[in-house]
Formats: sequence, C-alpha cells, structure tokens
Amino acid sequence: MKRATGILLAAIALAAGLSGCANSSTNPAAGGTEKTLTVFAAASLKSSFTELAETYEAQHPGTKVVLNFAGSSDLATQIGQGAPADVFAAADTRNMGKVADAGLADGEPAVFATNTLAIAVPAGNFAGISSFADLAKGGTRVVVCARQVPCGAAAATIAERQGTVLKPVSEENSVTDVLGKVISGEADAGLVYVTDVRSAGDKVESVPFPEAGAAVNSYPITVLAGAQDKEAARAFLNLVTGAEGQSVLAGAGFGAGRK
Amino acid sequence: MNTRTYTGLPRWLYGLAVLAALVVVLPLAAIVARVNWVDFLPLVTSESALSALGLSLRTSVASTLLCIVLGVPLALVLARGRFPLQGLLRSLVLLPLVLPPVVGGIALLYTFGRQGLLGGTLEVLGLQIAFSTTAVVLAQTFVALPFLVVSLEGAVRTGGQRYEAVAATLGAPPGVVFRRVTLPLMLPGLASGAVLSFARSLGEFGATLTFAGSLQGVTRTLPLEIYLQRETDPDAAVALSLVLVAVAVAVVALAYRRPAGRGVRQASTERATASAAPGGTVP
Repeated sequence: MKRATGILLAAIALAAGLSGCANSSTNPAAGGTEKTLTVFAAASLKSSFTELAETYEAQHPGTKVVLNFAGSSDLATQIGQGAPADVFAAADTRNMGKVADAGLADGEPAVFATNTLAIAVPAGNFAGISSFADLAKGGTRVVVCARQVPCGAAAATIAERQGTVLKPVSEENSVTDVLGKVISGEADAGLVYVTDVRSAGDKVESVPFPEAGAAVNSYPITVLAGAQDKEAARAFLNLVTGAEGQSVLAGAGFGAGRK
Repeated sequence: MNTRTYTGLPRWLYGLAVLAALVVVLPLAAIVARVNWVDFLPLVTSESALSALGLSLRTSVASTLLCIVLGVPLALVLARGRFPLQGLLRSLVLLPLVLPPVVGGIALLYTFGRQGLLGGTLEVLGLQIAFSTTAVVLAQTFVALPFLVVSLEGAVRTGGQRYEAVAATLGAPPGVVFRRVTLPLMLPGLASGAVLSFARSLGEFGATLTFAGSLQGVTRTLPLEIYLQRETDPDAAVALSLVLVAVAVAVVALAYRRPAGRGVRQASTERATASAAPGGTVP
C-alpha cells in the first residue's frame, strides 16, 4: 500500500510537472523572455477577442495571449477552482459576480460592451417571421435558451414584458446551440444575440425587434487577483475598454460599454 | 479451483493497478463527497428532476427494445452469415463506439432532420423527428446498438453451431432451430448486451443535445438536466449526478454478475457457451 501511495504521488507530481511546464509564464526554450497572458472570455467574444489578442501581441512583442473561450458560468467555475487566468471577460454580470464575490477579481469589474437579442431565421425565412409576436404563432418552431443561461433570461424578460407566451420546441444551454438549430433549418426561428447573427453570415437572416431593448446584457471584464503579471493584464483590459477595442466590438455588433 | 494459484504478477504491477483503479474511483468519490445531503431529497425529487429521470428511463427502455429488435438479426448475420464486405459492415456498425457523440448527433440531424437525407420523405409522411422524444430514442439507439451487437455476436460465435447442426439433422426446419435452439442459447449474451445498451442509452448526452434539443418532459433527459442545472445550481447537478452514478452501478453490477445457475444446455460439456455468458465477451 505504501508502495502504491508512492507511485500515486509520483504520478501526480509528474502530471503536475508536465502541466506546470505547459502553463509556465516564461518559456526559456523560446529564447529568452516570452511571457504568456491568459484571458478567459465568454464564447460570444470569440471573434472580437481573437482580433484584439493579435493587436495586443503586436503592441507588446514577447507576450503571447492565450485565449480560453467557453460559457461564462463554466469559466467562472474554472476560475473558482483555481484555473490559472489573468483576465476574465464574462457575458453577464451574474457570473462576474460569482468571481468577484469570491474575492478573485482585482478591483471593480468594468462593463465594456452590451448585447441585445435578435430573432434569427434560416436563410429564406420560410415561416415568415417579421416580429416578436410572430414567434407565438401556432406551428412555428421556435428555439430559445433555457432560463438558467443569460440569453434565456433575456428572452423570458422580453416575452413577459410583451405578454407574449412563447412555446419553444427546445430550450438550449447556449446561444450557439440555438444558432445551430436555426442554421441547420430545424428551427423556424431562434432568439440569439445580435452579434451571433452577425457572425453567422448569410446562413441566417436577422429580424430585429424594437422590444429587444427591454433586456440588455452587460459584459464585464476584470483583472484577476491571481494574475501573474497584473500590469500586462491591465494593459489588455485597457485595450478592450479603449477606443481600439470598442471599435472592434462595435464591428462585431456589440453595444458600447459604460465608462 | 485452487485458492492459492500462482499468479506470476510482480508486485509493482499491483501498484499501477491500484493507480488505475483510483483514476476511476477517485472522481466518483469526489462527487459523493460534494453532495449536499441536507437538500439531497428535495433536489432529486424536484419536478424537473423527476420529469428528466422518467424521460430517461422511458426512452432508454424504448431504445433498448429497438436495439434488441434490430441488433439480434444483425449480430446473427455478422456471426454466422457469409457475404461480401462482412468485415467492413462489422467495422461500420462498431463506429458509434468510438465516435464522439456530438458527431453522431450531427449525422442524425443530416439524416432525419428537416433538411436531411430522409427529411423530405418524413415530412411528406407527416413525421417530425427533430425536437421530439422519437429523436431522443433514435440518438440513444444509434450509440447503444454496437454494445448489443458486439456482446451478442461474440456469444454466438463462441457458442458454435453444434446444437443447431444436430437439430437440423434430426429434421427441424430452420425456423424451429432458430426458435428452439439458437435463441435460448444466446439469451445470456443477449441479456448482458441489452443491459449495456440500456446503460449507454441512459448516459447518452451529446447526440441528444445536438439532434433532439432540450425541453422538459419531451427531450430533456437526466444528463441534459444535469448539464443545465450546473449553470445555476451546482448542488442540484451533483445530486442528480449521484443518481445517475447509482443507476449506472446497479446496471453494471447486473450485467457483470456471475450467472447463478447455468441452464441444462450449458452444462460442463459446453464450456465455450458458458464462457460467453454475461461480461465474458464485452471488449
């Protein structure tokens, strides 16, 4: 048994050593002082943050930005469990709150973007959806997010405000799942974010609706308390909240953040 | 059998074996340690949890039956038949075992979906598969069928054809041989295969999420409910996970239990058949 414990510890040490190597912030093998900045960002930020990471790397030679995109609640859980991250950008204030309440944020999170819902329909709009109320038409196959996730909470808020009773055929876990069902033509319509419709290109059509303003999602960003290099992390945050970042985000369809 | 048989295993092998067992057991123990026992009962008996559990059990039973109806002929044909490309067919049938379930879901979507291969035909017939409980059963059958085929084909193959040959020489027509000899002989293999298919169906997640969607009482099975609860209520997700673990333990115990009494036909002379009993042939 003692022997087994020894082997177990050796294996854990080995695994830890290997992962430690992969995550180390300095990489001497690459010839000196290459630093790594790890950014955890909500999945909807993928295209904009990928672009901003390239900008950052160009402005800060020798620093490599590692991006981890996932649902905000997954990222918040990972950070809570000690995942090594320097910056966290969430798609809603609730998940940022989880991280901040646990004392893992360095300073007050700043809202850098907003997002609103739009109706996505398959190219051709065969079901003839032209308004939010049309989603409640009999026989229309509508897919939304479940209430437990931000996009679903926003959809429920708008439906209640409008007095429209939605009877979705599916309540998905993520906005990408909703979009997937619309792109494949399985759903007649789906409630997604303006930015998702933008990124899906011509595979879907967007039906904007004025009532969307009733539920605006705020995207907060923060430097994490456990950041290896707070200065570098703060520089990335400033890039996102600054003019350059705001222009990239606006191009993706995001609304401006509050300064 | 002797209780003190020489095993010839070096001691360090035991150390690594313990490590291997820990890889599986430790995370399961972690789930148990994380359970909020005070709220456990209310969490697992909430309306959405019970609805998900009920749906999971119903769809898994349906897909297991479907696996039996479709899998038995396929296993027999693969084990006994002689036809071109037999090896290729066997490999293809086993594919869902190694495919990521989400790939299965996408494949099913482009088969039975509205714009899929059979979508137009199904629409004409007035059948809508996507977003229905039928889609859940189809996804589960897709991933579970290989389990039944593999264990049954192995059992049939190891069992040999002696009894069938004897029955045939005694004048029994093929139908009678199948009913009176082949079918009873493959029952143990069929039972373990069915139990494994049921277990795989119960755990099905990726293909269902991709193909069937997620709606309480219609397509949201227990794994999907766990995935959703995790967003807001980790305690509920953990409690429901434990329920699935418990069901899985029960199912595996059922599949791998030692056969209590061997039938007359599998008496000591027919060792090959006996070795094909539950668990013996599952890869």
